[in-house]
Amino acid sequence: MIVIQGKGVSKGVANGPIYFFQRPSATITDAPAADLEVEKQRIAAAQEKSAAQLNALADKARAEAGDETAILFETHAMFVEDDDYVECMMTALEERHCTAEKAVQLAGEEFSAMLAAMDDPYMQARAADIKDVTRRILNNLTGIAEGGIDSEVPVILAADDLAPSETLQLDKSKILGFITQGGSGNSHTAILARTMGIPAICGLGEALKAEYGGRQVYIDGETGQVAIEPDEITLASFQSKQEEQQKMKELMETMKGQKDVTLDGREMMVYCNIGSPEDISAVLSNDGQGIGLFRSEFLYLASSDYPTEEEQFQAYKNVAAAMGGKRVVIRTLDIGADKQVDYFQMHKEENPALGVRAIRICLNRPEVFRTQLRALYRASAYGKVAIMFPMITSVWEVKECKRACQKVMAELDKEGVPYRQDTEIGIMIETPASVLVAEELAKEVDFFSVGTNDLTQYTLACDRQANDLGKFFDPHHPAVLRALKMATDAAHKAGIWIGICGELGADLELLETFLAIGIDELSVSPTSVLPLRAEIRKSIAKTCTLEKLEC
Amino acid sequence: MKNFEYTITDPLGIHARPAGLLAKTAKGFGDTTVTVTKGGNTVKASQLMKLMGLGVKQGDQVTVAAEGPSEEEAIAAMEQFFKENL
Repeated sequence: MIVIQGKGVSKGVANGPIYFFQRPSATITDAPAADLEVEKQRIAAAQEKSAAQLNALADKARAEAGDETAILFETHAMFVEDDDYVECMMTALEERHCTAEKAVQLAGEEFSAMLAAMDDPYMQARAADIKDVTRRILNNLTGIAEGGIDSEVPVILAADDLAPSETLQLDKSKILGFITQGGSGNSHTAILARTMGIPAICGLGEALKAEYGGRQVYIDGETGQVAIEPDEITLASFQSKQEEQQKMKELMETMKGQKDVTLDGREMMVYCNIGSPEDISAVLSNDGQGIGLFRSEFLYLASSDYPTEEEQFQAYKNVAAAMGGKRVVIRTLDIGADKQVDYFQMHKEENPALGVRAIRICLNRPEVFRTQLRALYRASAYGKVAIMFPMITSVWEVKECKRACQKVMAELDKEGVPYRQDTEIGIMIETPASVLVAEELAKEVDFFSVGTNDLTQYTLACDRQANDLGKFFDPHHPAVLRALKMATDAAHKAGIWIGICGELGADLELLETFLAIGIDELSVSPTSVLPLRAEIRKSIAKTCTLEKLEC
Repeated sequence: MKNFEYTITDPLGIHARPAGLLAKTAKGFGDTTVTVTKGGNTVKASQLMKLMGLGVKQGDQVTVAAEGPSEEEAIAAMEQFFKENL
């Protein structure tokens, strides 16, 4: 038995084989091939495998998502088998005597360049499709599975730490839990794990060795314990915890369909945070009453070029429609700081958390902002969409955002495109500045939502990504809780609602404080909805105190 | 050889999805070759990437031709396809 201690960042017990996340390597060399015939056969095999995968994806999409998505995969499969594309690879092999990888890469570059050079924005965007297809063939050549996990059975995924774009591409049906060498409770791996409702342990450091791959492991996301091939006593304790977990799950089932209301009748809106349209199933199965935070970054992080208005519109529309008239708060892009996207070509910043991020990018690049706002307003016709702007510090920023909204609405009016004029506009409260001018901000918008991770980071001057700040990063700090109270008082004075969409919303220890402060909405990971509901239904709002604010 | 002329009405022109479907349809006639011509450039309808490379947009006029043993059948299928999808 090998026991490693890390930091538990997402609760639960799980067991399975350890699998180390494989990163596609970018090292395709110009080295000559040993045998051209072998390379040709490799290309043919990778091509066949890619087409088969894409056709299988198309069948799956047809069953689950409908024809539109299915046809896209079928088109990709046809790209793979396109005669000219294949000929281009074979010519590269012959002429350069290079490896299959190099030939595929060259053909991909040639064809995507051809499309990118066309004067039609739609066709330019198709260059991304060719890149996608090329990547798939390359992955099949090098034996790296799509989604990073080449295993038939579900695994405990091990990694140094995962980048946001990597977590998006993971095949989530194959993950039982996460163990990482780096990271913190606020890292993207941790957030993803909590959304999925599976355990995660981070900060395992060098003790987590690559040679452990394939060995059976038990992990406990509460205590942070990782036990590889546990002995009998350890195994028994893990298993009894797993049973408890199962019982708890059954108890929570009874909470479905119940109202989120305290014993003395105070209602709370319990919403969900999601990172992509596929999280909707988790929201519905956990009986979330709405979406309090839909992070739109997935669209930007998962693609190699700016997502088009149409792509964005489809994604927003699907979520709005799936929620059937329940509120869906969509946050405009929050790129920058820890979420970097190559094609935005941002300047390197010494201190990106204090740099050009989120709304600052949008206000600097009106075209990027306009595309997203158009997609959002168009989607508003299909449900109850609310638009939320992140990283607000000043009233003028909000005014400028609203002007951009007005402009987009006028455009849509002119084009006769339907949208909802009463679409709510809100802002994130995540900087101390926004708390201090909250009264003025509240007059401009329909709601506030507090991002507690960033509010804590900026209030306490603690980097949320750093994993050695430990006790200094304290979201329960009275300064953070008092900031919450100030923002809430300002919101209520202006007659608007206020919610929390940060991780703190699910912190049951603080529920009493939130009720005392008067928070109207808590947006949490889908898996936190039912435990939170159980706790709300046991509370009495009237007797809650502001004790934790220490004032 | 059989052919017809067609003016594209789809706002996006011959974009990826119809191009994919078109290539697939065009491949279904064995030795009969289907071509699409725009402004002097001719490509085989089965060549997906080249087809997209034509950059056919809304309002563009294209000539679709079929040549081979089942050209009658092919041209009829193509006409129907263009009317329905493009």
